[in-house]
Amino acid sequence: MTRRPSLVVAGALAAGPTTLVRAQSAAIPPAPAGDIAWMLTSTALVLLMVVGLAFFYGGLVRRKNVLNTMMMSFVALGVVGLTFTAVGYSLAFAPGSTWLGGLDYVFLNGLNTSTAAGLPSLLAFCFQATFAMISAALISGAVVERMRFGAYMLVIALWSIVVYAPLAKWVWGGGFLQQLGALDFAGGTVVHINAGVAAAVLALVLGRRRDYGRKAMLPHQVPYTLLGAGLLWFGWFGFNAGSAQAANGLAVLAFANTLLAPAATLVVWALLDLARDGRVTAVGLATGLVVGLVAVTPAAGYVSPGGALAIGALAAVPSYLLMLWRARSRLDDSLDVFAAHGVGGISGALLTGLFASRAWGAPVQGGLEQLGVQALAVLCALTFSAVGTLGVALLVGRLVPLRADAAAEAQGLDVGMHGEEAYTDGEGALLLPATRLEPRAPAVGVPAGSEA
Amino acid sequence: MKLITAVVRKERLNDVLSALFEASIYGVTVTPVRGHGGEREPVQTYRGLTVKMELVEKVRLDIGVTEAFVDPAVDAIVRGARTGEVGDGKIFVIPVDRVVRIRTGETDAAAVTPLEPA
Repeated sequence: MTRRPSLVVAGALAAGPTTLVRAQSAAIPPAPAGDIAWMLTSTALVLLMVVGLAFFYGGLVRRKNVLNTMMMSFVALGVVGLTFTAVGYSLAFAPGSTWLGGLDYVFLNGLNTSTAAGLPSLLAFCFQATFAMISAALISGAVVERMRFGAYMLVIALWSIVVYAPLAKWVWGGGFLQQLGALDFAGGTVVHINAGVAAAVLALVLGRRRDYGRKAMLPHQVPYTLLGAGLLWFGWFGFNAGSAQAANGLAVLAFANTLLAPAATLVVWALLDLARDGRVTAVGLATGLVVGLVAVTPAAGYVSPGGALAIGALAAVPSYLLMLWRARSRLDDSLDVFAAHGVGGISGALLTGLFASRAWGAPVQGGLEQLGVQALAVLCALTFSAVGTLGVALLVGRLVPLRADAAAEAQGLDVGMHGEEAYTDGEGALLLPATRLEPRAPAVGVPAGSEA
Repeated sequence: MKLITAVVRKERLNDVLSALFEASIYGVTVTPVRGHGGEREPVQTYRGLTVKMELVEKVRLDIGVTEAFVDPAVDAIVRGARTGEVGDGKIFVIPVDRVVRIRTGETDAAAVTPLEPA
């Protein structure tokens, strides 16, 4: 089992009665400085993934929507940062039932910086908070170029509490999937399958972009996408190797596997491109890289480096095929979040069940039996995420309109939602004196012939 | 011989081109332009700086046609470009003295008649 729970237990104890802490501190030694340093670093690395994601997604949309798309990632840092502080962390990791945590840690109540028994509970919170942020940001790829920004903020705020927190509890917080024996080292289920399914559901509720299937909507800045993919890989070392919860051999294994699996995916993806079209595409490579990272996430600390290569190579195929199909389908999961994260996550979870190796520290040896357990966990996550997200989306849809109006969608959401443009040279922009900042009536009655 | 110059919304360009192609009009030059057509100026804010965007990005199409194609071309552009909101653009039909196809030296009607598909 992942060492994540031990960290949570340490946090719970530190928050508990003093006598209990004293009684248990003999069992849990003080955290070594190296562990704390690595976990602080990992937390910052996972945060950087959100920035990477902003660039990855930002490059893939049309230039009139790039700010809106990147802001959907950035705003998740703020919105989910607050919801996770308020109740999300508590629902996921405070003592409670096997279904949902309690309210002990609401607003970080009881968390502290003590290193006396394991890692400081406040550090555990920070690490977990970055996971919640990136999960919410991942969803945005399915709804870009058409969703109202305020509605999006509301959706991810609720989603992080209603969907993400319970699932984190089930898999990491001692919940029933963990007790079932499902292996998920760094969050393939909670983060990637969950976000991938939520993305597909939200895309369905929202409907297609008005230009979908009528116009070719091409990526406006592919170099951004490559930059973002690279930053994601860099940050993913914190995501996976940080999930060892210590600076030790397990972290080294997770690190090595995070290096190797995407390498294999990248090559297989390139070969698939070659076989199909005779040319290897840049957007394809960037996507393949992410799929490899997603697939190795549940496996990182449980499989041999060779196993990681195999997982990376195998996981390329289903995601690749699904993306080919999806682009011709009526499902406007605009940036293929489901194909990359949902299906990549499912491939990774199942392959973890096959490749888990006792010799490399997995609690069980991989095989058909473990494959069954993994499949069951996938099914639970899939169903819960789909139903939960649907509920959140329908609820928010009743409170506020989810979609931008046709004019804003045509003009682009950068101007339509934010009143800014990404690439402007300022020509034709007149400074408004402060006295004219009041909302004015639209200009009407322009004399005929004065316009060109 | 006429030169049809149209200024249309960027986001309608694809629709305009489709409509032109449907009307068998294939020769067109497209230029990104900026202009002001009486629409309400969007206000943008960058930190403390508030500006009014007087110029809106549009695309301009230039099409040389024979008399018989003037009406079909104008109809196609209107069909493709109209949203009904202020800012849909303009079409100008301008007389042309002479057209030369550079490759062959053909002039006027012959110069704007597309080649028969080989």
